[in-house]
Amino acid sequence: MKHLLSLLALLIVFAVSGSALAQDGGPLVPSDDQVNAIAKQLYCPVCENIPLDVCGTQACAQWRELIREKLSQGWSEPQIKQYFVDQYGDRVLATPPARGLNWLVYLVPPLAIAAGVYILYRALKAWKQPAPQVSPAGLPSPMPTDEYIQRLEEELKKR
Amino acid sequence: MLVWVGLMGLLVILALGLRRSQQGPVAVGDRVPNFTLTTFDGATINLEDLRGKVVVLNFWASWCKPCEQEAADLEAAWRFYQPRGDVVFLGVDYVDTEPEALAYLKKFDITYINGPDLGTRISQAFRIQGVPETYIIDQQNVLRSVQIGPFTSLEQIKAAIDPLLTGEQ
Repeated sequence: MKHLLSLLALLIVFAVSGSALAQDGGPLVPSDDQVNAIAKQLYCPVCENIPLDVCGTQACAQWRELIREKLSQGWSEPQIKQYFVDQYGDRVLATPPARGLNWLVYLVPPLAIAAGVYILYRALKAWKQPAPQVSPAGLPSPMPTDEYIQRLEEELKKR
Repeated sequence: MLVWVGLMGLLVILALGLRRSQQGPVAVGDRVPNFTLTTFDGATINLEDLRGKVVVLNFWASWCKPCEQEAADLEAAWRFYQPRGDVVFLGVDYVDTEPEALAYLKKFDITYINGPDLGTRISQAFRIQGVPETYIIDQQNVLRSVQIGPFTSLEQIKAAIDPLLTGEQ
């Protein structure tokens, strides 16, 4: 058991020193996955509707390299996204920032769904209410009396 | 009742947005709205400050191959008109990355004013369809001609500028 613990400690020391060596070996080059994790949240205005991580144009390739460069300089994801917003505007973001008229994007769909549910509830409730009373024989209720109809019936009886 | 009020409010907002989106690009003969270009050097240029001069506003990008076709001619035109002092060339770098843009300027030895289209505000104001596009603006800040796609020769660029200098238009 003691030997096992010593071996484990040795492995940990090697692992730590190994990573330190890797860090000392020069600036870390961010992987494609790290770059694409940010790139997929951005859209280049030149290639509308194509996320940056899968866009094949040279412009988008340059943007991805810029993300890689910023990551290697130690920039965080929000900092990089803000940089792109500053450079190219809000429209590069996959999800619009929740401010100004953009709030409509977040508010209207749930409000519309809530209104729809309410209308459906009211309609179902109305359908479930008992139907208006009909005559026992199932015949339509008598016609409302009308002076003209009364006179007409009287004339018919006379004949 | 509340639903109807909300629906009407939403329709009004949509109508306003639609109206805004329907506003066309700056057309030939229109007064060009003022814009500010921040150059790669950090200087700021306002169109209003250039009143009295002919402005050649060129949208370009380093990733744009057709832009390379006209780069040398634009620079030659700038060097031709520069001594006069009444023609200004402005390069607006559209959706580009700065290192590549600066490399492009160096590669084609471009010396006229250039800067990124921060927030794509200038390109949106002109509603450009792509790059390159060039807008020739007269001394009263009125748009006089538009070149969609690259200029094919120095003479073509001069033909767009010279009439404004001699007052033919």
